[in-house]
Amino acid sequence: MDWSAVPRLTWESAYLGIVPALIGLIISLPLGIACTRFRWLYGPVLSATSILYALPSLALFIVLIPYTGLTDTTVIIPLTLFSLCVLVPGVVDGMRSVPDPVRQAATAMGFGTVRRLVQVELPIAVPIVIAGLRVAMVSSISLASVGQLIGVSSLGYLIVDGYQRDFAMEIYVGGGFIIALALVCDLVLVLVRRLLTPWQPRRSRGEAKALAAAAAPTAMAVAR
Amino acid sequence: MSFFSFAWNWLKQPQQWHGSGGIPIRILEQLYYSGLALLIAALIAVPLGILIGHTGRGAVLVVNIANAWRAIPTLALLVLLTIWLGFSVLAWLVPLVVLGIPPILVNVSEGVAGVDPELRDAARGVGMTPWQQVRKVEVPVAMPLIVLGLRTGAIFVVATATIAAYIGLGGLGRYIIDGLAVSNYGEVAGGALFVVLLALAVQAFFMGVRRAAVPKGLRQQGRAS
Repeated sequence: MDWSAVPRLTWESAYLGIVPALIGLIISLPLGIACTRFRWLYGPVLSATSILYALPSLALFIVLIPYTGLTDTTVIIPLTLFSLCVLVPGVVDGMRSVPDPVRQAATAMGFGTVRRLVQVELPIAVPIVIAGLRVAMVSSISLASVGQLIGVSSLGYLIVDGYQRDFAMEIYVGGGFIIALALVCDLVLVLVRRLLTPWQPRRSRGEAKALAAAAAPTAMAVAR
Repeated sequence: MSFFSFAWNWLKQPQQWHGSGGIPIRILEQLYYSGLALLIAALIAVPLGILIGHTGRGAVLVVNIANAWRAIPTLALLVLLTIWLGFSVLAWLVPLVVLGIPPILVNVSEGVAGVDPELRDAARGVGMTPWQQVRKVEVPVAMPLIVLGLRTGAIFVVATATIAAYIGLGGLGRYIIDGLAVSNYGEVAGGALFVVLLALAVQAFFMGVRRAAVPKGLRQQGRAS
């Protein structure tokens, strides 16, 4: 077993997994906030994200090849689109979790719309948004390995190479590192949540509920 | 050239539509693999999910399994089973079923657990046995989530069946893997186009199922909220 490439491959997997979830978050925040403000928007946005989510990753990579070539971008775009399916409902549920009296109190104290959003609503929404982000990041880290089939390098290389050489050890290492990487990122996000919301109990109820909901990607969306 | 012109140039050739490697056969293969795997996953996950949702036991475990399951790289699972067992029915069927179970299990158990307690009390109050409560009240009320679970399970199964072409499975993924091997982008694009169309058709199918399976009373409620 040649370990020399493992650090580089791990870095590539981390990059291909983390970047889509973060871009997804950057898109979802304004989109989710818009969906809370204009309720009619949420239905169409949800339908669009759930249809995108249904498309197999391998097929989407192929569709993009003529436009973005065999580059990281070809893997990052589909994974970003998939992440929207959990992140947009995460932001919307987070915003809806703000109790009305809190909102009214902020208004009564003379907060304008923007200040109320930044200083009151978003901080309260953090646990649920991060629950969505955890799901999005873990899935994109593991999905990124499929990019290896079109030649975009990641820990998926060890899986494909191990298969071609009939060498199981390499596949264990590749698969094991992907799972470990996903768990480390998940842990980091839990810590970020604690740092951002020190007033929350260690394991908040909203977060647990959001994780349950996010476990089944579009569950909450249709349930309500 | 754009993706569509590549795909079009490939699929307009008559030879793609005939024989054992033709598009119609590949579509049927893909539907067969995915359908079989989803059926087995549903037979395991739906009753188990109803049991967990009804009794309220094991709900935390289900959520944790579903979250951990996301981290498992599909490709590694497929490739490992092939190395262990050689290419056989089990090598592709086991990963497909394993990946299809969690979304069904989570949605069904959440759906049944989420039934209004007053509704449960009413069902008990009119003298229904526990079995009748499940069959006549809890399952129909949970139907939107049960169908959603099956739909989400189908998404994963179809996507994984496509990747399984890499270990030698037939179906539409064959075009992608074979085309990549010989750098024939037309074939790859044609395969990807049909995979996308099939995935969309599966979604449309489950929306139809939802319309048919969800009780009338519930549908109106959905519109009001």
